[in-house]
Amino acid sequence: MPELKRPELKLRKMLTIVEEIHHEGGPVADKPLLRTAAIAVIHNPFAGRFEPNIQGFMDDLRPLGLQMAETLVKTLGGADQVEGYGKGALIGAAGELEHGALWHAPGGYAMREAIGGTKAIVPSAKKVGGVGARLDVPITHINAAYVRSHFDSMEVGVNDGPRADEMLLALVMTTGARVHSRSGGLEVDDIEGLDGLR
Amino acid sequence: MDIRKIATWVEETHIEIGQAISPPTRKAVAVAVIANPFAGKYVADLEPLMDIGAALGELLGRKCVAALGISPSDAESYGKAAMVGENGELEHAAAILHPKLGAPLRKEVEKGAALVPSSKKMGGPGQVLDVPLGHKDAAYVRSHFDGIEVRLNDAPRANEIMVAVAVTDSGRPLPRVGGLTHEQAEGKDGLR
Repeated sequence: MPELKRPELKLRKMLTIVEEIHHEGGPVADKPLLRTAAIAVIHNPFAGRFEPNIQGFMDDLRPLGLQMAETLVKTLGGADQVEGYGKGALIGAAGELEHGALWHAPGGYAMREAIGGTKAIVPSAKKVGGVGARLDVPITHINAAYVRSHFDSMEVGVNDGPRADEMLLALVMTTGARVHSRSGGLEVDDIEGLDGLR
Repeated sequence: MDIRKIATWVEETHIEIGQAISPPTRKAVAVAVIANPFAGKYVADLEPLMDIGAALGELLGRKCVAALGISPSDAESYGKAAMVGENGELEHAAAILHPKLGAPLRKEVEKGAALVPSSKKMGGPGQVLDVPLGHKDAAYVRSHFDGIEVRLNDAPRANEIMVAVAVTDSGRPLPRVGGLTHEQAEGKDGLR
């Protein structure tokens, strides 16, 4: 049986972003909220054509996802500091939205593994865009998606990507609630932590 | 000084126009979003902003070097920039950037004989600020002329100032336009 030819993962650029939020016009937080994003700009092996079978590329993305997730955990000071997460993909113009969906499994499971098991679904955003496009990556609590204080988002992007034949892949983690969270709903102390929702 | 937010970016280039870059070139930039103490009024004496500049030169320079994970002497180029929210004035950026920011920044990157290249503008949330980059010891090193873009969707608000410091451990990915090289630089006069 001939060996299956797999697309090669070509990483052009890697970015990490950390935001420390001390306040937003209200009381200064004792510990600033940290938001961090890892962004990879890679070649899209399916750019410029319709490729029916694309799932094999998920395996190629796994090591990249894990490397990015581990970077984020380290940046926040360890897995026990992580309270929120999210992921996103921005596909260059010669690709299709479906290519972004390949990031769901390798990106999401990489974060779950790096944090050490989480219950809530990883929220995500994806779109097709040009060079310099921005993507708002949604963020929710890692164990209970309904925790209102942790609904947040982080804008990511890079001035020279994604080019038409590229895709930008992002993972985001945070250390807690919005800095002046006070809109009620399910609170962290009330999480049951069984179903990933409450 | 009232800091609302600090953001740090590290950008690594692994491939440029199909050519592998090994080791990857790396740039870091750290940004502080601070309250503008003089928003909405004309104040003649800008000394307090100069002192803020000194504190930020140290803080942001240190953040960049830490983000790159290098020893200070391995920093190769630097730059600074500020964007003032609409209730301030351009001179507020000048007061932060020029009189006192440089000396503490140079301490964080060791040496730094060259002028720190800079840019400044007025702007609003989400607007791009381009931070120029130049070799830290010899301004004429052509391979290290570069820049890095920063932007924050929520800054600067009208009464804020966004201050950025950038540090790299390398020049452009594929420099080939000649001129003085990093290796040739003497780094005595800040120029060559």
